[in-house]
Amino acid sequence: MSEETLCNRRPIQTEESLKKLLKDSGGSQYYKEMKSLNVDHELLWSTIQKTCKSRIRTWLEICAHCGMCAESCFLYLINDRDPTQVPAYKIQSTLGEIIKRKGRVDNEFMHMAMKTAWAKCTCCNRCGLYCPNGIDMGIMMGYLRGLLYAQGFVPWELKIGAGMHRVYHAQMDVTNEDFVETCEWMAEEYEEDYVGLNFPVDKENADILYTINAREVKHYPEDLAEAAILFHIAGEDWTITSKGWEQTSLAMFAGDWEACKIQVESVYDAMERLKPKRMIGTECGHAHRATVIEGPYWAGRENGLPPVKCMHYVEWVAEALREGKLVIDPEKRIKEPVTLQDSCNYVRNHGLKKITREIMSYMVEPGYFIDMSPNEEHNYCCGGGGGFNGIGLYRKERNQALITKRDQILNTGAKLVIAPCHNCWDAIRDLEEEYKIGIRWSFLKPLLIKMVKVPEHMKPKD
Amino acid sequence: MQDILTGPMIWLSLSVFVFGMLARIILYIRGLDWKLDRVAYRAHPKAGMKGAARSIIYWLLPFATKSWRKQPVMTVVFFIFHLGAILVPLFLLAHNMILKEMFYLSFPITLNMCLADILSWGVIVSSIVLILRRVSLPEVRILTTTYDYFILFLAVAPFVTGLSARYQIGEYQFWYTMHLLSGELFLMLAPFTKLSHIALFFMSRSQLGMDFGIKRGGMKKGASMAW
Repeated sequence: MSEETLCNRRPIQTEESLKKLLKDSGGSQYYKEMKSLNVDHELLWSTIQKTCKSRIRTWLEICAHCGMCAESCFLYLINDRDPTQVPAYKIQSTLGEIIKRKGRVDNEFMHMAMKTAWAKCTCCNRCGLYCPNGIDMGIMMGYLRGLLYAQGFVPWELKIGAGMHRVYHAQMDVTNEDFVETCEWMAEEYEEDYVGLNFPVDKENADILYTINAREVKHYPEDLAEAAILFHIAGEDWTITSKGWEQTSLAMFAGDWEACKIQVESVYDAMERLKPKRMIGTECGHAHRATVIEGPYWAGRENGLPPVKCMHYVEWVAEALREGKLVIDPEKRIKEPVTLQDSCNYVRNHGLKKITREIMSYMVEPGYFIDMSPNEEHNYCCGGGGGFNGIGLYRKERNQALITKRDQILNTGAKLVIAPCHNCWDAIRDLEEEYKIGIRWSFLKPLLIKMVKVPEHMKPKD
Repeated sequence: MQDILTGPMIWLSLSVFVFGMLARIILYIRGLDWKLDRVAYRAHPKAGMKGAARSIIYWLLPFATKSWRKQPVMTVVFFIFHLGAILVPLFLLAHNMILKEMFYLSFPITLNMCLADILSWGVIVSSIVLILRRVSLPEVRILTTTYDYFILFLAVAPFVTGLSARYQIGEYQFWYTMHLLSGELFLMLAPFTKLSHIALFFMSRSQLGMDFGIKRGGMKKGASMAW
């Protein structure tokens, strides 16, 4: 393969190649080249022999083909019960088939597998709760994504995303300087409204190290300000880090395990360097999954835990409200029908179902909170998880997938949806844009800012 | 023929079954890899055991999981099938007499004849429903292969032949021989086919239970998986 191609098996390693790929708008050249990308059978089969061990092999073998997983999959339901959307079928016809053929599959097959892995599964892991044999097809899809990525069969945006992590240690081209400068700018913007507000940078031994999603720097700097304001009001001893501040991992969506390791180690290095008591991440689901749940394994940490105790933002909010570090003005509680989106990545996959409802009990006037159905660990994916939101090639399929969430929200009758997850937030914004059902959506931070009591000494003196 | 089937073949098939299943269990456990599976099995044995136990127990009880409750017909059929398929071979009086004769051991309780009949018919009837389900539901049909029917055949043949012998339909001796043959075939093929789920069900369920128990929230307060 010549060095000139955009679509190949090599990961993006340099800023130059990243820019070159970005220039190919929509990936038109990239996908054209993919049509003639050959499959490295040897690599595929040897990778499987090395990494596909008893868990996945047993899952594939003992699947009883009973179809009980079908109805657990929102993509099956929303696509008119298309049998090719049955989770067991999706994995048997891709990963199962690759193994059966000992890796000898062709280009056309890989295109089909790519579409299945990224447009027919969001790795929400819901099917894993419904299989009597304990088969988690979401995990297998994640594994399949890794195989496909190594062969160069990965959606354009995710190839770029994984490359971003390799080049910038962030999901977007945001440098460490950009991050710190944006924080300083936000502090300047708001220090008059909240006396004493600042962003402590690289403070050692702080109680809290706050990590974020690079999108906040690039597109939503207000989010950074809100986080700082809430820590400030709560009187927390906190810090940001000038290096290793990015909690997300598009590399995880892409199946680029090496980049996952590079990314998460940059965050763990910051933990080791600054020695905070704990790390708190922003309102993002997959960032939490990548850094707190899966990350320790990529980094080779045998206890399966990050170097310091890590919490999702919702855990901190619940704690701050419970302990009175943040006090809500009862007058300002939400007094309209409101619902909550349970993020797959930290609810189904990290058990944080009660804590978000505890937050609701403080923020919402009794009687106004309405749960979606199903909810908690049985909630459906927002429709845009696992990278689905960001892939232009599968926009039509993603928009179809959003209908599930649209109808769940409509059934609650709520006009306000609280979504403490970047991915869910995006999906809900997009579903409003696409289907216009007249809803508003919000992270916790902006709502909290409007309702918490600000201590006198932090109020501006006129 | 009969001498072989009632003598050495029983020994052989039971040995293949027991040692084969044991080998499958050992190979399964040895093939677990904390780093590849991304589950710290060794680091948190208590949380792991708790997760594994919950994962098995909930799924062994009819209607205890959301999945069972969501598909009540399948649940009833599934449990009738498996109840018969497990209890009859283990606790049938005639089987226990063989055990006593050959190995000088037997289970302290055996099924009375009527109950054994009901359970056996349960297996036959539920297997017919399972076949109809495979044929009629598109989401099951797309998954179904000839191999699935072969597995069902292996599991049900001992019941069909056993009941035929018990009711003496046609020639008893013929059905008795077929019953021995099909039963021994089942035992010998189980470790090498999908029937290995007899043991691997517990392995797979334990593994996922440990995954949820250790990594996916099980160690957080009040976060136990509802299944």
